[in-house]
Amino acid sequence: MELRSLVDLAAGECGRVQRIAAGANATKRLYEMGFNTGAQVRVMKNDFGPLIVALEGNKIALGRGLAEKMLVKKLERL
Amino acid sequence: MSKTIALVGNPNSGKTTLFNALTGSNHHVGNWPGVTVEKKVGYVRHGGVDYEIVDLPGTYSLGAYAEDERIAREFILSQGADVVINVVDATNIERNLYLTTQLLEMNVKVVLALNMVDEAEAKQIKVDLAGISERLGVPVVPTVASRRKGIDILLDTAADLINAPLNGRPHITYGEDLDGKLARLQDLLDGLRLDYPRQWLALQLLEGDGYAERLMQENEVLKSSQELAAFLSELKPRAEQYQLEIVDYRYRFISEVTADTVCRPDEAVPTLTDKIDKIVTHKYFGLPIFALIMLGVFQLTFAIGEELLGGIVAGWIGVLGEFVTGGLSTMGAPEWLISFLSEGVFAGLGAVVEFVPLIVVLYMLMGFLEDSGYMARAAYVMDNIMRAVGLQGKSFISMLVGFGCNVPGVMATRTLENKKDRMIAILINPFMSCGAKIPIYLVFIGAFFPEHGGLVMFSVYGLGIIVALLMGKLFSATLFKGEVSHFILELPPYRKPTLRNVLRNMWDNVSGFLVRAGTVIFAVVSLLWILAVLPTGVEPYGPASILGRIGTFVAPIFRPAGFGTWQAAVGLFSGIAAKESVVATLGMVYAGVDSGVELIEAIRSVFTPLTAVSFMVMTLLYTPCVATLGTIKKETGSTKWMAFSAVYTFVLGWFAAVLVYRVGLLLGFA
Repeated sequence: MELRSLVDLAAGECGRVQRIAAGANATKRLYEMGFNTGAQVRVMKNDFGPLIVALEGNKIALGRGLAEKMLVKKLERL
Repeated sequence: MSKTIALVGNPNSGKTTLFNALTGSNHHVGNWPGVTVEKKVGYVRHGGVDYEIVDLPGTYSLGAYAEDERIAREFILSQGADVVINVVDATNIERNLYLTTQLLEMNVKVVLALNMVDEAEAKQIKVDLAGISERLGVPVVPTVASRRKGIDILLDTAADLINAPLNGRPHITYGEDLDGKLARLQDLLDGLRLDYPRQWLALQLLEGDGYAERLMQENEVLKSSQELAAFLSELKPRAEQYQLEIVDYRYRFISEVTADTVCRPDEAVPTLTDKIDKIVTHKYFGLPIFALIMLGVFQLTFAIGEELLGGIVAGWIGVLGEFVTGGLSTMGAPEWLISFLSEGVFAGLGAVVEFVPLIVVLYMLMGFLEDSGYMARAAYVMDNIMRAVGLQGKSFISMLVGFGCNVPGVMATRTLENKKDRMIAILINPFMSCGAKIPIYLVFIGAFFPEHGGLVMFSVYGLGIIVALLMGKLFSATLFKGEVSHFILELPPYRKPTLRNVLRNMWDNVSGFLVRAGTVIFAVVSLLWILAVLPTGVEPYGPASILGRIGTFVAPIFRPAGFGTWQAAVGLFSGIAAKESVVATLGMVYAGVDSGVELIEAIRSVFTPLTAVSFMVMTLLYTPCVATLGTIKKETGSTKWMAFSAVYTFVLGWFAAVLVYRVGLLLGFA
């Protein structure tokens, strides 16, 4: 299974969270906010500054540094 | 006997709106003991019983690593509430239920208020209420807090639950391995005297929760259990991994609950929120749009607050002042009393109170923006700039709060988890021009720039932001080096602000302003009046009075900035008590009863447009008021940082004012 960083997904692409390699506190916070193992995210904006991702229909802004450490499995559109 | 209901919920779940709907206007805002997190308590009478409603801080989790989470958790665990209302955003059930699972683990009585069901319906989200209720083992009540729907049923349900015994809880499994460890921990805890539910404590210990561990160490009984201590140290190295596993299992439980009780439309269609966000978070247009919105807010504040309403209140104060002093002198009241009232109270306090309409309008507009959901976008577009100076977008939220008042602004830095971010955000917050400074700018704008009020205000606020950013850069490069913390911020969907929320937000601020006028500023005004008429025999408010002599002694400091008069010096120093005092003092020393018009005329004869600008710059930047300094001391836990903050802002303000004045002179302004 090929993992890639969330920042490598373009706007409109989806992925499933597999692992977060950030610090313990940040990782737990993300997990608790719903970015836990298997959570499906869709990148809504990824051009400049923080990313905006959709999670269960909600929008969350994530700093680039953090998004880099979030490893996802990219989901191909059917 | 009144009963206590606690409100818990995620940020943006509509918890505050529900609190407002439950309590009407009957509430007060204070602090949690020992900390400066805001505590809101409201009261409602329902079915013949009085209820106290405690609004706990909005959090995603009831862990223990942020202060607000700890407060919420502690309140619930200490049996502070007879029942907990868990506010859940109906459009976002899965993620909101995370907090619910933690409540279930705590084994307390919970009612689920499924809020914003109207929005969920609009998004074609179908929810099986009975099904969710059955699986969670808690009653579920649909509500629309913004339109006060479901409020009565919610209170009925909460009341029933208070009187009912605690029901059985659904079993949440954390997987075979962890369940086994939990069972072992519970066994070891068995028989010990504990203030917390055993099952919950076991879970916290497994997660390596610092608070629970400290509890163990402090508890004498536990010292005796060698076996427990050994098991805990065995678990310790893998606590981080267990934490994440537990989160995953909680979400697994949630997905079992929602699998066939919540149904969403398959394809997410771009919503209006998405369309608006495309524009306001745009990589080039985002910032200019934010600037335009703020400019618009200030222009509107002036158009409505000043031109439409401003004169009216000033007129009333003038009429009232003349009526009172006129009446008193015909009744033969002593001269000093009349002097105190006309030259002290009406001139001083009147100069402050007449700006109430403006402040009302400004806070209503800011409240409108806040309630609409735009503020999170402002933090988003500011993240890049904030990052460039070594901060992050979330710090900007505490700065925005500082526009209202620096005291909650400094408190709002609590949401910053990183110590470095937090210290810098605290130290730069005073540069965010607070509501109390508005009257000062208004007097000078009225005297010199009446045509460009909105623009001048916008520039002053803008300058405050720029100075804050520059100082932030300086601090992060010198005093507080280290990594920038991560930016995680939910962007809630845009909502139509409710009048109730906007009015209440306005009133919380304006009432604070009025209370200060009645207390601190009144005290300052009284003291200044005494100093201004003593020693007996001198011309009141003259340079020979005590006030005049103090001012004359200090004034030379400000000569390089162009406003070296004793009156300006006294005004600035009185402003450290509360910023409104600057205007109150100027009103007293320069004017009589009709402070509004007279003060502006007096200012015009003493200041020039250039010295007015340098004075405004000084007021913007110099030493924060005592309330803010006190908060800085509390939040940083250090007198040293408080003193640092008081001194460096003064020095900075002085240099900036001198710079403005000198450069202005060179450029030929007067």
